[in-house]
Amino acid sequence: MKIVLEHLTKTFPGRGKNAPDVKAVNDLTFEIPDGKLVGLLGPSGCGKSTVLNLVSGLLKVTSGKVFFDDDDVTNIPAEYRGVGIVFQNYALYPHLTVEKNILFPMENFKGDKKLSKQQMQERALAAAKLVQIDGLMDRKPAELSGGQQQRVAIARALVKQPRVLLMDEPLSNLDARLRLQTREEIRRIQRETKITTVFVTHDQEEAMSISDLIIVMKDGVLQQTGKPQEVYDNPANLFVAKFLGTPPINVFHGCVKGGKLMLGDDVIFKVKHVEDQDVWVAIRPEGFLLDKHGCLHCQLQNVEVMGRDVSIVATHPAMEGESFRAIIPSTTRVDDEAATVSFVLHPEKVLPFSKADETRIDAKLV
Amino acid sequence: MGKSMDFEKIERGARRSERVRNTIIYVLLGIWALVVLFPFYWMVLSSVKSYSAYNAEYIPQLFTLSPTLQNYADAFTAVPLAKYFLNTLIFTVITTAVMMIVTVLAAFAFARLDFPGKNIAFVIFLSLMMIPNELVIITNFVTITNLDLRNTFLGLILPSITSVFYIYLLKENFAQVPDELYYAAKVDATSDFKYLWKVMIPICRPTLVTITILKVIECWNSYVWPRLITDDPNYYLVSNGIQEIRENGFGRENIPAMMSAVVVISVPLILLFLIFHKKIMAGVARGGTKG
Amino acid sequence: MENRSMKGWLYLLPAILFLGVFMVYPLIDVFIYSFEEGYNSASQTYFGVGTYNYSYVLHDPYFLQAVKNTLILVAITVPVSTGLSLLISLGLSNIPKLRNLFQTVYFLPYVTNTLAVGLVFMILFRKTPYTDGLANLVINFFGGESIDFIDGPYWAKMFVLCLYTVWVVMPFKILVLTSALASVNETYYKAARVDGTSRSRIFFRITLPLISPTMFYLIITGFIGAFKAYSDAVALFGTNLNAAEMNTIVGYVYDMLYGDSGGYPSFASAAAIILFVIVLTITCINLLVSKKHVHY
Repeated sequence: MKIVLEHLTKTFPGRGKNAPDVKAVNDLTFEIPDGKLVGLLGPSGCGKSTVLNLVSGLLKVTSGKVFFDDDDVTNIPAEYRGVGIVFQNYALYPHLTVEKNILFPMENFKGDKKLSKQQMQERALAAAKLVQIDGLMDRKPAELSGGQQQRVAIARALVKQPRVLLMDEPLSNLDARLRLQTREEIRRIQRETKITTVFVTHDQEEAMSISDLIIVMKDGVLQQTGKPQEVYDNPANLFVAKFLGTPPINVFHGCVKGGKLMLGDDVIFKVKHVEDQDVWVAIRPEGFLLDKHGCLHCQLQNVEVMGRDVSIVATHPAMEGESFRAIIPSTTRVDDEAATVSFVLHPEKVLPFSKADETRIDAKLV
Repeated sequence: MGKSMDFEKIERGARRSERVRNTIIYVLLGIWALVVLFPFYWMVLSSVKSYSAYNAEYIPQLFTLSPTLQNYADAFTAVPLAKYFLNTLIFTVITTAVMMIVTVLAAFAFARLDFPGKNIAFVIFLSLMMIPNELVIITNFVTITNLDLRNTFLGLILPSITSVFYIYLLKENFAQVPDELYYAAKVDATSDFKYLWKVMIPICRPTLVTITILKVIECWNSYVWPRLITDDPNYYLVSNGIQEIRENGFGRENIPAMMSAVVVISVPLILLFLIFHKKIMAGVARGGTKG
Repeated sequence: MENRSMKGWLYLLPAILFLGVFMVYPLIDVFIYSFEEGYNSASQTYFGVGTYNYSYVLHDPYFLQAVKNTLILVAITVPVSTGLSLLISLGLSNIPKLRNLFQTVYFLPYVTNTLAVGLVFMILFRKTPYTDGLANLVINFFGGESIDFIDGPYWAKMFVLCLYTVWVVMPFKILVLTSALASVNETYYKAARVDGTSRSRIFFRITLPLISPTMFYLIITGFIGAFKAYSDAVALFGTNLNAAEMNTIVGYVYDMLYGDSGGYPSFASAAAIILFVIVLTITCINLLVSKKHVHY
């Protein structure tokens, strides 16, 4: 099922007297296609969990509309929307066994949806098998590991066959190794069930790795939507460029002068059809190539060997911040005694942004 | 969920049921607030009605147009209310102060110091929490009588000092102060007592304040022990005083004057409560019971 | 090291002294008293050792009356006050706006003097030649006959006693239950709502099990507290509770010890120990039941 948000806005009353209202979500419009796994991404406090709560109906919208397919569900209470939610802390009822937890949503069915005990148990078992916890049905949540609790929460959300599955930071309470494993698990379960799934995360790597589509938000405002790789390669603004990618993108003060893109005194590219102006130049760490005759001349600070590749920490006078980081294959030999180092730059990895509003300057670099 | 569902109807239904529910809740809560506040209102109202006006009301009036403070004057002159008041104040201050010293020292020993037999001592302490007052009060009565301490402040105060629960409460709080502070102080050659006085007490001040307030409430309202141990009105506390006023009172039945005495002895604690209501409620929620 | 170990005991010394003299020693002594027959408090002598004190107390009509009163009081006030405070706390947890104000108001009886406010209840319910009292006014309004709740029939006196007891114990229960309800994680309710759980089901299947430890704590302390009822009765009916047929077990203990019928510490001790045994038994039963029903 497809989800459409139209000019969605949510304001909360400010804290304290005379405090202005806080706009947690501001004029959000986007569409989530049927059967996709979508990552809602942004730094903490950007309003992404609020969006999730608006979609689920747990919060009332201030203005705008929410559609499930063609149904306007904007003012429908959560219980009628047919959504499944996996909460950040899982919200498993501590006094009920795993089986009872999974049965719980089905026991609320009324009218012609009502199931017999037999049917409920069959469906609970099927859901448990899907997430591979069918051996733990008699345990209580406190007797399970974090990863197992997570699976129970997913099973409970899926068992009522929701039209939409929503996950709020589903991996944040797991340790690093389990996180990797679980995110593939989520991907697999979503592929098998084909339920439209939205998950909220602040971890860009997590979102990029499993999403069909990512939605980047900041301060309640939509920044960009698209396939992960597209957003990474073509960020719409400096924020998105900085937010995606580890190590983070390197930002320089640059300027366009007479058709040349310059970082300090170094001319790095020629640009056409761009007016003279000051710009931000963001360069991905993998966009640097070591070359004695390169156009970018830098002071070498440090060389960190990381096995698969080498990371060069250097400074440049036009740098924003103290140093930048370039990642090069470990097959390249680096003289870590040298005082200076020069690079040529990969044109697709160099992204100019307007200094005025930080939007991307669409220019061909040669 | 198909297209057949009438979304508007669902929405309207949800809104209506919420409004009905909220109305019921407010009515229920309002009624209980009335039940709680009405005795206080009646107490104040009766205390400002004049004696003759009160007795002339065969049907009690819910308000009065000619309030008088005469009853308050009577309460202080016709019966030794001021004396009861002063006695209670002395009793409360001394009992609370001594209890705090005893409690702080014991809690410090349990939370911070190491000594042989500490664990056993603490278990015995904890088990004392279960002993009901009614069981030990009999011997205490005999003890105090034999010591010839009836109708003295000493007799009133001594058995009222022990409070196992507060020692426990404070010990738990003391134990939360990080060990590193203690070792740092030790390295600087701070004595245990100085550490207790300069570090522990300031850090745990909120708990100490809570315990003090709870003990003050307990002392101010204590009735059973003072009743057993005093029969000389010179040593009556307010609870006994009010009972004395009720039974032998103003020479004749004088409800308005009695009510003004009730108002006078209730005011200090209500004031204390209004000032510290957050602290008091938090403290009681942590495990106080009506003493 | 030797020095330090002594120090710990030194800090404990005041507490040990007070607890030893006024708690541990009396605890042992009360058992001894209860078995000393014919103890005379003036000469501090006794005839022999045996269970006569117990048998006397158990056959004393005043004691039996006190036991009956106390049991009725417990059986009525514990369920009523617990149920009512649960209802009120649930209401409070649903209104974020005025919650603090209501909570503060509801807590007021806790800080008031039981004896003092008891007098107010007395004048509200008492019928005298001069006035029928406010309570009877209300009863008359609904077409009932005036009743003297303070010097009248037994059930009427018991009614006022129960009412006042409930009024006095409610603040504590409301406070504890409200904070228990507030500590239930909000996401349980969100999860239940998304699953379309009805309100009654949320209450019985989620809220109640999650606060069941607090409920049992309140029930147990409620039982203990109600068994020790005394000053509420004194406040309403005066110190001569035996005459008013409104004595409680604790009242009986004090009356035996001191007052018009006093001077019998042995009988008082026996009665106090009987009370202790009753309370202990009921607490144990409560704990056993709670083991079965408290969910985690």
